[in-house]
Amino acid sequence: MVAHSEAVPRRRRRSHRAVARRFDSAGPFTYVFLILVVMVSLFPLYWSLVVASHDNAAVYAYPPKLLPGPNLFHNIHRLFNSGIVSVDFAKALVNSAIVSSVVTVTVVFFSALAGFAFAKLDFRGRKLLFVLVLATLLVPVQLGLIPLYIEMIHFGWLNSLKAVIAPNLVTAFGVFLMRQYIAGGVPNELIAAARVDGCNSWRVFWHVILPAVRPMAAVLGLLTFMNTWNDFLWPLIVLNARNPTVQVAVADIATVAYTPDYSLILTGCFISILPLLVVFLLLGRQIVGGIMQGAVKG
Amino acid sequence: MSAVSGTGRPGEAVVAPRARRKLLRRLDAKLSPYLFISPFFLIFSVFGLFPLGYTAYVSLTDRTLLAPVVHFIGLHNYALLIHDSYFWNAVENTFGIWLLSTVPQLLLALVIAHILNTKLYARTFFRMAILLPQVTSLVAVALIFTQLFAHDYGFVNYVFAKFGVHHIYWESGRFSSWVALSVMVMWRWTGYNALIYLAAMQSIPEELYEAAAVDGARRFRQFIHVTVPMLRPTILFTVIISTIGGLQLFTEAFLFQSRTSGGTGGSGRQYQTIVMYLYEKFLGSTQFKFGYAAAIAWCLVLLIALFGLVNYFLVSRIRSAET
Repeated sequence: MVAHSEAVPRRRRRSHRAVARRFDSAGPFTYVFLILVVMVSLFPLYWSLVVASHDNAAVYAYPPKLLPGPNLFHNIHRLFNSGIVSVDFAKALVNSAIVSSVVTVTVVFFSALAGFAFAKLDFRGRKLLFVLVLATLLVPVQLGLIPLYIEMIHFGWLNSLKAVIAPNLVTAFGVFLMRQYIAGGVPNELIAAARVDGCNSWRVFWHVILPAVRPMAAVLGLLTFMNTWNDFLWPLIVLNARNPTVQVAVADIATVAYTPDYSLILTGCFISILPLLVVFLLLGRQIVGGIMQGAVKG
Repeated sequence: MSAVSGTGRPGEAVVAPRARRKLLRRLDAKLSPYLFISPFFLIFSVFGLFPLGYTAYVSLTDRTLLAPVVHFIGLHNYALLIHDSYFWNAVENTFGIWLLSTVPQLLLALVIAHILNTKLYARTFFRMAILLPQVTSLVAVALIFTQLFAHDYGFVNYVFAKFGVHHIYWESGRFSSWVALSVMVMWRWTGYNALIYLAAMQSIPEELYEAAAVDGARRFRQFIHVTVPMLRPTILFTVIISTIGGLQLFTEAFLFQSRTSGGTGGSGRQYQTIVMYLYEKFLGSTQFKFGYAAAIAWCLVLLIALFGLVNYFLVSRIRSAET
């Protein structure tokens, strides 16, 4: 029985292309179902736009308003007016952009570097160290947040963006992804040729590996950017409302007032989603591809 | 060392560069790999591994935010925790929400993936559309759905009223608040899981379906007898991922009707999760009981490991039962 289950994945690889033949053509029921699924997927985002484009009184209208209203820009104006809102929303957006960009660059770079070493360089303890990287994937790191908080107090980093950036500079997931990609996608001959030309390991990395991993770097970068942009618990712990990321800012707007101003809150939500939405519309195809690729290899 | 390469010393000019180059090359081969992986391990040790180990130590002390002296109190925090009904309440809530969100979510994801795995017009559009919720931040999900689930003017109750069900107070009941939170989790993750299943489905070998078709299996029976068994490793993967994520549920519940609950998960703690309770003891409402919070953190790690193992054995047992 063991032998049987071992044999299956090997066969799987061979018949990769033949899959298309088995597909039935989709009937009308399929499309109805899928369109329903899409509508459910889109509705909450659409709803946030609807509420964000009315005044707060419209939130309590019965029956509820289902179409966008004229107040979106007025609400955005209120959102960025620190006299009305408890936080500096523009600053929050800038902070999030800084944190997410820095983290994205370092994660992609360090992952490619370590991935290159694990995939193509020979050194003592390579296997063991890579297993260690994988093991860290299973450890819920956030749970060290109490000592990490104490650490940040000692470093004097509380309420500074450093506290949000530093713990996220590397990820095991990124190293894993890059190792798999480099092992399978960069031919050894290419590296050998560079060596003959007198390249040391660093120059091989810079001139051969980095250009070759660009597609995976794009996927990893996008996923990292999104995760960092959307992170909430840790920024909530180390930042305060005077120097927040955008998630902390939106949550603060939602919790600080006794009677919630939903049109304002959901304007904040909508604006906080907007950058990722634009990125997703431009590059969603690659993200979908990256997730599906990662799923097959993982 | 390499920076002062031998231009200034004419005597060595012939012999030394070759020897030095050889030495450099050996150094490069020996050291570079370790240099290249060191950023990951350095940063991870400082901000990942050390805190995790230190949590174990803190959990054995009575440390608070401002206390000048820290006492070692052994397993006292754990002893307290075992008799802490708020903690067990949080454990129950977390598992309840996990179960309510994960089971329907993964089943639905399987169905969606199966349907996406046909010849379709606008394939990329459908795939992108179901992944869209994944882009939405947890904060936005929590706040948008809180508004949708509002009891007097919320959209959900408006639709329910059309069917004669009036005024559900979603956040005040235990089960109803679990349902509302599960819907948030499901909305964000179903599409992602569907894409993972879809990817795995596309690598199932054609011959298996042909053989099933020869045996007279129609589409539905092919799904049950070929697709699902072949997907088991992937299903296992998604179950483990959802276990790790689900037991750490925080943001959705923390911001759900936050105005009234103040982070305790409702007036009766009916939807307070484990991480929320940890947060409450850690930084919430002037508690600052770091030692106690650290004990909660370690119990959570244990629960995740245990529950992950249970799920692993459950899913792999089904596999051996059917093959």
